Amino acid sequence: MVEKGAPRPWRDRAIVQLTLARYREFYREPEAMFWTFIFPLLMAAGLGLAFRSKPPEVAKIGVVRTGSYAAVAAGLRAETLLDVREVDDSVASRLLRTGKVALLVVPSGEARIEYRFDDTRPEAVAARRVVDDVLQRSAGRRDPVPVINAFVRERGSRYIDFLIPGLLGMNLMASSMWGIGFSVVDQRRKKLLRRFVATPMSRAEYLASFVLARLTLLVVEIGFLVSFGVLAFGVPLRGSIVGLVALCLLGSMAFGGLGLLIAARPRTVEAASGLMNVTMLPMWVFSGVFFSSGNFPDAMQPFIKALPLTALNDGLRAIMLEGAGVTQLPLAFGVLSAWLVICFALAVKIFRWK
Amino acid sequence: MSTTTPALSIRGLVKRYGNIVAVDGLDLEVARGECFGLLGPNGAGKTTTIEICEGLNNPDDGEVVVLGMRHRDNPLGIRAAIGISLQETQLTEKLTVEETVRLFHSFYPRRRPVDEVIAAVQLDEKRTARVGQLSGGQKQRLALACALVGDPDLFFLDEPTTGLDPQSRRQLWDLIGRFKAEGRTVVITTHYMDEAEHLCDRVAIVDHGKIIAQGTPRQLISLLGTEHVVEFRLDGLALGETELAALPGVTGVQVKDGRYQLDVTMIHQTIPALLALLHGRDSALSELTTHTATLEDVFVHLTGRHLRDG
Repeated sequence: MVEKGAPRPWRDRAIVQLTLARYREFYREPEAMFWTFIFPLLMAAGLGLAFRSKPPEVAKIGVVRTGSYAAVAAGLRAETLLDVREVDDSVASRLLRTGKVALLVVPSGEARIEYRFDDTRPEAVAARRVVDDVLQRSAGRRDPVPVINAFVRERGSRYIDFLIPGLLGMNLMASSMWGIGFSVVDQRRKKLLRRFVATPMSRAEYLASFVLARLTLLVVEIGFLVSFGVLAFGVPLRGSIVGLVALCLLGSMAFGGLGLLIAARPRTVEAASGLMNVTMLPMWVFSGVFFSSGNFPDAMQPFIKALPLTALNDGLRAIMLEGAGVTQLPLAFGVLSAWLVICFALAVKIFRWK
Repeated sequence: MSTTTPALSIRGLVKRYGNIVAVDGLDLEVARGECFGLLGPNGAGKTTTIEICEGLNNPDDGEVVVLGMRHRDNPLGIRAAIGISLQETQLTEKLTVEETVRLFHSFYPRRRPVDEVIAAVQLDEKRTARVGQLSGGQKQRLALACALVGDPDLFFLDEPTTGLDPQSRRQLWDLIGRFKAEGRTVVITTHYMDEAEHLCDRVAIVDHGKIIAQGTPRQLISLLGTEHVVEFRLDGLALGETELAALPGVTGVQVKDGRYQLDVTMIHQTIPALLALLHGRDSALSELTTHTATLEDVFVHLTGRHLRDG
């Protein structure tokens, strides 16, 4: 019996079957799931904890029990930035030496006060300034200029806010390039590519299936990391989600094209891995994943700005942290589109099918 | 395309890799519905020839016409009409049998139902098993299912049974026999002579990129002018080729590494005479076998080498 004529149901189409095969290869490989979804979360969680915002630091000071120490200590306790304990002279130096207190206040009679501290320790210097202010004011000092302290602790300017978009960009790069590059080279190594090429399979559909599968997995990937950042660390998402997804799609396709280009010739996974790392290394370093790419010399900036990961990271930060719209990011979209078109065109041209 | 055109026609095919000539002016014609075997040692040029027919390799010279089509003019037409199994393809291990067949099914304009094909290769019970869990024989049958699902007119099977156990080989032979019974043309390469004798209507013996003999297995064996082969080894003094050739019923003598091989027409006369000859010598038989002449003997006769010698 032979099936022919009649329009084929959707699931009998090559593009659907090829894309399904990509998914199955992916979700039946637990390691791939881990590296794509879990690893970036762990990384964000670890770095987020390390660089979380801390409350203002409270300085530990000791008031030595001499002279009018009780009045001095009571006055200092009114200041919330100080943690005051009264200490005996005999143990005072040991507490200072071991860092249990940052500063010793020694009331030495006759309304004179001695500060003992290590002036190379910043917290000791800060404690001295606070203590001195409190004591001078309570003794009657009047500051000639009235001041008001307005505290600005805004979401969006913390390290974790900088980090999450960077991690998202880096993750899109790694999963797109590896996801496509590794599978293609592996199929070439196993001679499966030859087997496919000997069928009437459309080569364009074969390549497209990788991109399609990537794009749908991508939505899950962005969802995971962005919602983790927003929920766990309160990272702002000020721009539109549509804009964010659009940029991620374009970025992922650009890196998919780069992955395809790298995988276009190699016959072994080892050769492809080497090329992959060589390509990704400069972007890890220069593209502002963990620290701003602005730290590099001006002469290097045109090169850094042309890297696809720089464009993606800058764009993601602009959307998430500054609420930029798609139309305000011509550079990011332009750079990524250029990489996409050039890489795909080159990859298809030099692709080793047999 | 008329059904009287040959299924496969190769003329003056040449393929070089650097200084090595893999295929050296090969001519071949396979009729429709025929099961044709390309026999020869490893490196004889069988795989290169078949890959050129499949469009996976480009010839340096010569012409290949597959089912009346040329790769240059109608590559898709050829790919849609042939079913192949390559020597070393590893199908994706993470996919199941059914998913794999369905994937190949989706490539072809004309195809057979997935269920029917899986049943045809007797993998019904394994349809939800991952490819990675299949035995060697089951993997080979799955490879044939991937070829069969496109309802091909012509199969190219490159050493489909190499490395399989005898039972799996039998199963594959049955399957290939059924392709033939359905009127499909099969071109198969092998270095198993019994396989060729069992399956093929005609065979061509390939050596150093050329066909050195072709015909039905019976015709080729009759080239030897003999029906039996006697092989023996000696403990002690060697015998001369001329005295062996003088024994009754012997038509040919080969001696290699202490192993004697006689082509024999009348085995009932030759064996007693051989034993009588040895009786008077200080020499004893350490090994003696006789068998009906096979394609292997034809190959030895034509090239002086055994197929496995490469």
